[in-house]
Amino acid sequence: MNAAPHLLPSVRWHPAEYALWLVPIACFFLFPGYRVLGSQVFITALFALSLDLVLGYAGILTLGHAAFFGLGAYTAGLLAAHGWGEPLSGLAAAAALAALAGYLVSFLVVRGEDLARLMVTLGIGFLFYEAANRAAGLTGGVDGLPGIAMGKVLGVFSFDLAGDTAYVYSLAVLFVVFVLARRLVASPFGLSLRGIRENRARMPAIGAPVRRRLVAAFTIGAGVAGLAGALLAQTTQFVGLDSLGFGRSADVMIMLVLGGTGRLYGALLGTALFMLAQDYLAGINPVYWQFWLGLLLVAFVFFARGGILGAAETLRRRFSRP
Amino acid sequence: MSNALRTEQLTRRFGALEAVCDVSLALPRGARHALIGPNGAGKTTLINLLTGALPPTSGDVYLGDERITHLRQHPRVKRGLTRTFQINTLFGGLTVLESVLLAILEREGRAAEWRRPVARYAEDVEEAMDLLATLRLADDADRRTATLPYGRQRLVEIALALATRPRILLLDEPAAGIPAAESGEVFGAIADLPPSVTVLFIEHDMGLVFRFAQRITVLAGGRILAEGEPEEIRRDERVRAVYLGREDG
Repeated sequence: MNAAPHLLPSVRWHPAEYALWLVPIACFFLFPGYRVLGSQVFITALFALSLDLVLGYAGILTLGHAAFFGLGAYTAGLLAAHGWGEPLSGLAAAAALAALAGYLVSFLVVRGEDLARLMVTLGIGFLFYEAANRAAGLTGGVDGLPGIAMGKVLGVFSFDLAGDTAYVYSLAVLFVVFVLARRLVASPFGLSLRGIRENRARMPAIGAPVRRRLVAAFTIGAGVAGLAGALLAQTTQFVGLDSLGFGRSADVMIMLVLGGTGRLYGALLGTALFMLAQDYLAGINPVYWQFWLGLLLVAFVFFARGGILGAAETLRRRFSRP
Repeated sequence: MSNALRTEQLTRRFGALEAVCDVSLALPRGARHALIGPNGAGKTTLINLLTGALPPTSGDVYLGDERITHLRQHPRVKRGLTRTFQINTLFGGLTVLESVLLAILEREGRAAEWRRPVARYAEDVEEAMDLLATLRLADDADRRTATLPYGRQRLVEIALALATRPRILLLDEPAAGIPAAESGEVFGAIADLPPSVTVLFIEHDMGLVFRFAQRITVLAGGRILAEGEPEEIRRDERVRAVYLGREDG
């Protein structure tokens, strides 16, 4: 019989993917004044990527994802503030702790349905926020965590004011995690997550342990979110309570939905669009920029279902039809 | 001969309603057993109790000699007890091949692996394509399940169940909602199962029931009204009164 692997989604890199990854490299040289913003975009894109694994693939609605971002940020920040400024081990520690927290929390999250999950994750977000607020002696509370002193990346590149190191460092971490995530979603594990998202009730009937899979997905998502938070702490050398805040959880969901869920690239494009639009609109009018962002969001939901990538796919299908 | 699947006084109440009451059923290995009864007789509830989708109020379910009354759904599937659904319950956004492949990967305990893309699991992909070919679904392999006509989706429903390599297969109205001409295809696939596979099926089409069943259990009001070989059931006055009478009339 025909083995037919060609009938399955290709795992080869498409030329458009290479082109897309060349864009940030080109931007490094073309827009030197925007390197700080660039690194913020990469970090937030990494955060959105982590949400895509949880929401886009596993189908878990969450409004508390910033809890893990903030936990990662505080972990890396506290390590650096207490003399452990080596960046890569700081990232690893932050990701590990965020993943552990995600694992513990996941048992509360995976049980319920959508509304229950929203409430539980929202509640967990508030718990983390208030815990950090109360532990002001450790976290600096509303004043933020002071005294972060970062070492050099790989012992060579120190973080500079122009943001050169931060730009390359964040982009490199984003790329490595993206490659791993891309592999993950194309794997049997990724397929089983999509199965759960498509029809959770059917999965046990083909022998799948649904909860165990969701726990794994949520844990991985939390770990990646922690990684993103750690990157922010290291590159800005500051951690504030807003890293754990509800606003961050909501923003990242908007970015992901703008780009398109369940596609990985949607997280990257949505984040870039959101943050660049925010930067541009705030430049025009620092007070009312959210108005235009709101308009953009509503327009997307009505006219471009599935976000940028969803709309692109719909158009491609329409035009490729004979 | 030992029984593949057996229930003892299985009961499920929903408040005051006794959906399934005191049902003791025994399916020997390789049985082709039909479950019939008017709407609301408790047939689907009984399937839900057998698969673990619902916990019973009282009574027990045995798989071979093992008591599985409180086992969850997915470990029952791992032990070879698989069902199909009366209303298509598929993975709409996955392709037909992906859906069947997912069931095979789960069966083989490979569905949590993440290092290799699914396309590299050549043996599993080949098995999936073979299964689709036997159900004449090979041409639809790369189509999203949701885009298939209802009758084809019905076959995917069967394919998903067969991909788990069941020892006991519970079919909830496998031919429901598809034209009579195509129901032959569905039952053809079931008839081709190895004789060692035990089959319990719910079906309203009496022609199909009498053609495929070796034994028939009639449920009415959640209780077993009659059980026997097709000829006995056909002659049973009580059955004719509650069920067959209307079909004949």
